[in-house]
Parts: sequence; structure tokens; C-alpha cells
Amino acid sequence: MITTTQLTKRYGGILAVDGVSLDVQPGDIYGFLGANGSGKTTTVRMVLGLVLATSGSVDLLGRRMPRAGRAVLPRVGALVEGPAAYGHLSGRANLALLDSSGTGGTRRSRSTRIDAVLEQVGLAAVGRRPVKAYSLGMRQRLGLAAALLRQPELLVLDEPTNGLDPQGIREIRELIQGLHRRGTTVFLSSHLLAEVEQLCTRVGVLDRGRLVLQDSLASLQRPTGRTVVHTPDHERAHVLLDGRVEHREGERLIVRGADPAALNALLVADGVRVRELGPERRTLEQVVLAATEHPDHQVGVS
Amino acid sequence: MIRTELVKTLRRPRTWVTILLLNALPTLVAVLLALTDLGPRPGSGPAFLSAVLADGTLFPLAALAIILPLFLPVAVAVVAGDSVAGEAQQGTLRYLLVRPVSRTRLLVAKLVAVIAFVLLAVVVVAAVAYVVGSVLLGDQALAASVSGTVLTPAQVAVRTLLAIGYITLSMLGVAAIALLLSTMTDSPLAAALGALAFLIASSLLLTLDAAQTLQPYLPTRYWLAFVDLFRDPIFWRDIVRGIGLQAVYVVVFLGAAWANFTTKDITS
Repeated sequence: MITTTQLTKRYGGILAVDGVSLDVQPGDIYGFLGANGSGKTTTVRMVLGLVLATSGSVDLLGRRMPRAGRAVLPRVGALVEGPAAYGHLSGRANLALLDSSGTGGTRRSRSTRIDAVLEQVGLAAVGRRPVKAYSLGMRQRLGLAAALLRQPELLVLDEPTNGLDPQGIREIRELIQGLHRRGTTVFLSSHLLAEVEQLCTRVGVLDRGRLVLQDSLASLQRPTGRTVVHTPDHERAHVLLDGRVEHREGERLIVRGADPAALNALLVADGVRVRELGPERRTLEQVVLAATEHPDHQVGVS
Repeated sequence: MIRTELVKTLRRPRTWVTILLLNALPTLVAVLLALTDLGPRPGSGPAFLSAVLADGTLFPLAALAIILPLFLPVAVAVVAGDSVAGEAQQGTLRYLLVRPVSRTRLLVAKLVAVIAFVLLAVVVVAAVAYVVGSVLLGDQALAASVSGTVLTPAQVAVRTLLAIGYITLSMLGVAAIALLLSTMTDSPLAAALGALAFLIASSLLLTLDAAQTLQPYLPTRYWLAFVDLFRDPIFWRDIVRGIGLQAVYVVVFLGAAWANFTTKDITS
């Protein structure tokens, strides 16, 4: 759906995006992670043809951008760096204006489509109020509604939950999951690890303009080959396991060996009480921090 | 796209407030003239104003002559300066472009919307002035041309329509300059003020004898040539030059705006 090859953007002497090769497959919910200022938005803008690349290429839905923009962009819905609308017009009027500005999506179906997306994002009740009376969360929903207006095959969402309360974030998450089930590919750029961890099937991490990691979430979080044991008898366990304990924090031991069942049998047979035991998995946070070598000012965690 | 831009212009409260304000000064002038009966002496003051006391149906022309040097260009600079920069500042530009709307088409649609605004403003001012002039200043069946001969009401009507067309065309140069600046900055204010600075410079150079070689090329040089439409016979030379000059301004500045806008990184 999105393939970039050695995509680079230089602003004067500053390399904002440096040789990024993204690969977003049909059916992905692709989480594009990076700290603020890491080049996420510039990359998203290059993918959509708003910013022209210094070198490298972008293929969107199999066609070269920005040349093929007219052909492919009607099949893409986008929310780029926050929503925007004409304040003196209602949400409905804004959607109608945007829809009538370009091709794809017929005029006859416009009003039904607008009703449907306003319903989808939970704005049906306020669609007729002028946008200047909307809260930030409502504007965000209106932006999403605009992206969904023509039932796109690909959704490009830049920080879609910005400004929403926890309830709203959950609603949007469920909305994205619902669209994904019906076959929409989603490219979600975010600096929120938790959001990406809950939603995405694949992850790309951008660090100071470079793509330092790109893999499926499942393989990033696969067991590390070690087992975590919580036991009040950690001293005995330590002796019993003789050198297999790699690390201890209070009652939590990290033990070499990927077979928790065997380990459990061994400990219990010797009378070591086990409170909790399981394969060690790295969290997305650990993966991301490991991939971006300078951990002090990194991706915001929440 | 052009239709959408026209709808956008017409639905903006600002459009109508601007037109209302454009009508305020000519109306005030008409009221003052009617109350005091003191017209400027022929040959002084805004064009046609001295003739208005005798014939109220000439007041549309006087009204246009009143707003032409400053108020109309200010309005045009504000509207055209806002056209792209305003969308950029609001953030709606990026959504229009990924809709997608081709950048060339957006630029043309913006220019057409600005021209439509100018035409609408000029027509409304003329119409209001006609009503105000007829009511307050009375009408006399026969109007005198600038050359002293008599024009029939039909002739006045036709020539007034020509004048409306010419004044609208005269604003194209300002519109093109403001549009270029509008593609260069994300601040509508900067674009409008930039275009105004250009106009003020042009008006100033017109009064300067040392700038004589430049004068035929200044955008404001032939603006008042619409008065020539009321000579008998019509004196076409300056009008034709004025139209040609505006065409050159549109080609050059719109071309520059196009070159800039279609190769620009949209970071707003």
C-alpha cells in the first residue's frame, strides 16, 4: 500500500528524513512511531505528495507519487497533523465542501455518506453546529469523518487521538479496528507507544530521520528465550538453578531457558514456592528504547 | 473546483461585510451632496462628482470613482492575499491538496473566485449608487458626456456596464500580485499588505516626473481611464492599453504564482 525507497528530505543543512524505506502491506495496521521532531510528519507529507522528496521515491497504492496523486489519493483518507475546517461553517457543510472539491464520491450519494460518517465518528448530533463551537476532540472527530468520507482503502492517520479524552480514545480505537476488520489498511503515526501497542500489527520506528526498526509487533514481542520467575524463596532458587539466573530484582528472577514448564517442575520438586512464572517478553517500550540508542530524550511513554 | 470556490466566497460573512463597507463612503457622499447641494467645481474632486448634482443617474460612476483608487484595491488585496495563505493558515490547504485538488486548478479557481468577488462588489456598488443617486439627487433625462455632448439614457447604461467591466479588469493586476504573495507566505496579512505596498509605490511613482519612463508599466496607471468611456466619441487608447497592461500583470504574476505553488513543500 505504501512503499518508500531510500526516501530523503533535506531542509537546507538539516536532514529531516534520511533514507527511509517503509513497507506497508495490505491489511496492516502499521504503527509509525517516533519522538516529536523525528521526521514522522515530513514522511507522511511526502507519502501524500504535500512535501516533495529530495531523493528516493514513494509508491502509494502501487503508483509513483506525487505524479499519480490524482489517481490514487481519492482512494486514500488522511488526517495530517491535526484536523482543519472552516470555522464559520457547520461540520456538515465542511464535509460537503471538501467532498465537492475533488473527484471520487458522487454528488448524489454525498448527503447519505456525510450522515453515515458523522454517525460513525459520533458527531451526528452536532453536525449542523458551526465548527468554531466545536471542542478539540470534536474537531478531531470531524477530521476523521472527512478522511472516511469516500470509504478509502488506505487510511493515513497522524496522531488521530490527539485531544481526545480516554473515552474518546477508546471509541476511535474501536472505530479503527472495525474499519480494519472490513479490509481497510491503516497507517497510524504516533508518539504514543501504548496506542501503537494496542492497535497495530506492524511497527516502524523513526529516530532522528532514520528508520531504525520495522517488523511485525508479534515478532518484536516474541519470547526472548528466558523465563521470569517470581518466588519468595529466591535464595534457594538461586542456589538450585546454579548459574542460570541472569538477573535478580527482589523476588523476580530472570532465568536462562525457554521452557517455563520444565523450570516450574524443577523448582516445585525442590520445594521452592513459585508465585508467578512465564516466558519473558519484551515490551514495545523496551524494543523501541533499545533500537533508539540514546534513551534519555526518547519516545514519550504513556 | 471553481464552483466550490465561488460557494466558499459567497458563504463567507467577510465577503458581504466588505461589500457593505465599500458602499458606505459613496452613500455618505451622496447624502452630504443632497443635504448641502455643494458639489466640487468641475475638474476638481473625484471624477463625475461635479456632474452628479445635475443628474443622479451618473452617481454610480461617481461612486466607482470614489472607491477605485483605494478602497476597492484594498478589498481585492485582502481577498486575494487570503486566498491561498488563509487556507494554509487554517490548515485546510493540506486537506484540499490530498483530497486531491491539483495545485494548478486550485490557483485558477482562487483567481476566478477573486474576480467574481470584484465583479460582485463593483456591480453592487453601482446598483446601490444608482438607487441612492436617483432617490437623493434626482434624475434628469439627459446626461452630459465629459466632452459636453448629450448622452441618451441607453448610452449611459451601456457605457456604465463597460465601465464596470473595465474596473473589474483593472483589479486583475492587484489580484495576481496578491495571489503570488499568498502562495509565498502562510500569513494572509503579509500577502495583503505586500500587495498594497506595491500599489502605494505605484501610485507614488505616478506623481513623480523622474519616474516617467516607468509610468506606462505601473499597475495603477490606466485605472481612471474608465472616464474615457464617457467621452464622445469614446477615447479608446488608454482603455486598450489598460486592458493590455492588466493582462501582462496577470500572465507574469500568475505564472510566478503557479511556478512557486506547484513546486512548493506544503508544510502548513
